[in-house]
Amino acid sequence: MPTASPQPENQTLAELCGRGRPRRVILRLFQEGTVRGLLVGCAMFSILITTLIIGILAYETARFLQEVSVVDFLTGLEWNPLLGADRHFGIWPLIVGTLLVTLVAAVFALPIGLVTAIFLSEYAPPWLRAILKPILEVLAGIPTVVYGFFALIVITPALQGLGRLVTGENTFGAYSAGAAGIAVGIMILPIVTSLSEDAIRAVPKGLRDGAFALGSTKFDTSVKVVVPAALSGIMASYLLAITRAVGETMIVALAAGGLAQMTVLPWEQVQTMTAYMVQIFLGDAPATGVEYKSSFAVAGVLFLMTFLLTFAGYRILLRFREEYE
Amino acid sequence: MNDARPNSNHFQKLIDRGVPRTSAARVRIDRAFSIICLGITLIAVLALALLLASILIEGFPGLSWSFIERYASRIPEQAGIKAPLFGSIWVASICAIVALPVGVATAVYLEEFAAKNRVTNFLRINISNLAGVPSIVYGILGLTLFVRMFGLFGPIQNPAFEIGGETFAIYYDSTGEPLRVPVTSRNETPSLTTGSIGYIQDVLDGPDGELIFTNNWTPIPLTIVNGDTKFTPAYGVISAVDVVEPIDYEIQKPWYYVQFPFGQTVLAGGLTLMLVVLPVVIISSQEALRSVPRSLRAGSMAMGATRLQTVFRVTLPASIPMIMTGAILAMSRAIGEAAPILVLGVALFITDVPQSLMDAFTVLPMQIYNWTSRPQEEFRALAATGIIVLLVVLLAFNAIAVLIRQKFSRPLQ
Repeated sequence: MPTASPQPENQTLAELCGRGRPRRVILRLFQEGTVRGLLVGCAMFSILITTLIIGILAYETARFLQEVSVVDFLTGLEWNPLLGADRHFGIWPLIVGTLLVTLVAAVFALPIGLVTAIFLSEYAPPWLRAILKPILEVLAGIPTVVYGFFALIVITPALQGLGRLVTGENTFGAYSAGAAGIAVGIMILPIVTSLSEDAIRAVPKGLRDGAFALGSTKFDTSVKVVVPAALSGIMASYLLAITRAVGETMIVALAAGGLAQMTVLPWEQVQTMTAYMVQIFLGDAPATGVEYKSSFAVAGVLFLMTFLLTFAGYRILLRFREEYE
Repeated sequence: MNDARPNSNHFQKLIDRGVPRTSAARVRIDRAFSIICLGITLIAVLALALLLASILIEGFPGLSWSFIERYASRIPEQAGIKAPLFGSIWVASICAIVALPVGVATAVYLEEFAAKNRVTNFLRINISNLAGVPSIVYGILGLTLFVRMFGLFGPIQNPAFEIGGETFAIYYDSTGEPLRVPVTSRNETPSLTTGSIGYIQDVLDGPDGELIFTNNWTPIPLTIVNGDTKFTPAYGVISAVDVVEPIDYEIQKPWYYVQFPFGQTVLAGGLTLMLVVLPVVIISSQEALRSVPRSLRAGSMAMGATRLQTVFRVTLPASIPMIMTGAILAMSRAIGEAAPILVLGVALFITDVPQSLMDAFTVLPMQIYNWTSRPQEEFRALAATGIIVLLVVLLAFNAIAVLIRQKFSRPLQ
């Protein structure tokens, strides 16, 4: 009985049912329609956000491109917007800086992340997994500004010491793409690990059993059967992690330096697209100037890059999901 | 059969070619690999340990109650974190209040109502793309949409729409005390004459000779004197020269005060963070709803419940623990985000806790960024102490959420 109150025995079944029915059908349908409308509205909100982002970035970029030619912006190799009359707005130094930091992060995090994922799903006993998973979750939950602090306080001095030890000279400065890149790598490590592990765990047990039945060791099974089977999922996790690295802001703003230059040397300082935006929005430029508008154009390029990366990752992920379902 | 048997030499060749290693070697490789794996996995543990150790070593000595109670200062020894701490709490609350209903509603629509067609598919792709947009780009959206409102309502300093605030023109009297005169708008210059009523702030003497500024304003009749008259300092006496234009305007904001555009206010900050975490909330809620067994829905429908009743009485209650988990992760992210708030252009030196939705604010990660980016050692130590406070806030947040989760968590059978 749903209600605790005692029912009088002389009521008919129809009367009982009538008491239980709360509202008339029309009212119920009306409510259904209203709430449905609200839900659709909420869902459309996400489309509105995307439209607004694209609209605002396109509008502001167009205004910027009225003052700086598209060719200069997209092909220029010099970026020094604060240099007065001698300034240049060529986006490439910022893109190269972003890619350099991303590359260092990827070299650090992608192999380590994959091996950690293999270890967690194939080798680790349950008790060790129970310890390691929460540690990775904590690592994933740490705010990026904390990683920036860590890059300056720990990673930079460590790299400086290492540089002196190897070359005998001061190779690493107070700011470097390498220190920022390693910090970004630590930041994306949990993303790679957890998404790759999901992909690896989704590989059917039958494939492993088959490999074992043929006399494979765990190493053979993991490396030659499981990882290839989960490859698309692993690739998707790589792409999503790289997207995060490209868009990372606070770490590079703190540790990568502020000099936009074309370099591939990790001990040089670089300026990424996000770090340039931080510099502008923190008030180094008047809000009406062309350098202020340039930050919107840079944001447009950044949005385009991450959009393509996410889209590619999503497509790969979809294909991988279809494989075993 | 016997004739067809190849000689043993042939087998040996096959073995040499097809099986490169003996099984003992393969087992050894397997063992070595498992040890290497463990070693590499420990890099993550090592990174976390180093991170926490460096923060504790740098920041723990500075941790004290007065650090939490004091406001920002240019002198490291006197700096505290009260304003960013409360700012973070305000902003995160607004973010949660808006993002959770909208996010869960979107997830409910996508999982329970939407037909499987192209539009739905487009919505899904759009949401996962939004999840990959860098947070600094959301900051630009927040700046245009909330802080400036596309410039539709005039500049931030002089908003076109205001509801609920009292505007005052500020003058200084001959004692140097600020004097408020009520006006109707920010552009109005009041015509002051001797006998007009102004308001003067009550100031108390603190225990150690400090002055405590209260929120009480006492009415006082003004005396306007000629510009060249010599007068003794007295409350409410203003030189006629100073009366022409007020020094500044000030708005006394009750909690319900609203202005368009929002400007760099708590509300704009909270809504911007809402944009950042909305995709995270939607995706995790979708996964939560997907984990509810179909049989529960089918049972509810078979009893004659409408879809809506099924959602509110069966599906949502069953998935609340998982939705809460996603919500915690999203809110943790909101509390830790500095980039979008930075883009809004919030002031760095805030010396007051926000009182209303339209007050200026700063957040913990912004303050930490500000301290870390300074070259002086003392400020770096402050940053580390600030990080400890930030991590404690995140920890408290997670703890509360785990409690809620346990309270709601019921077995499905």
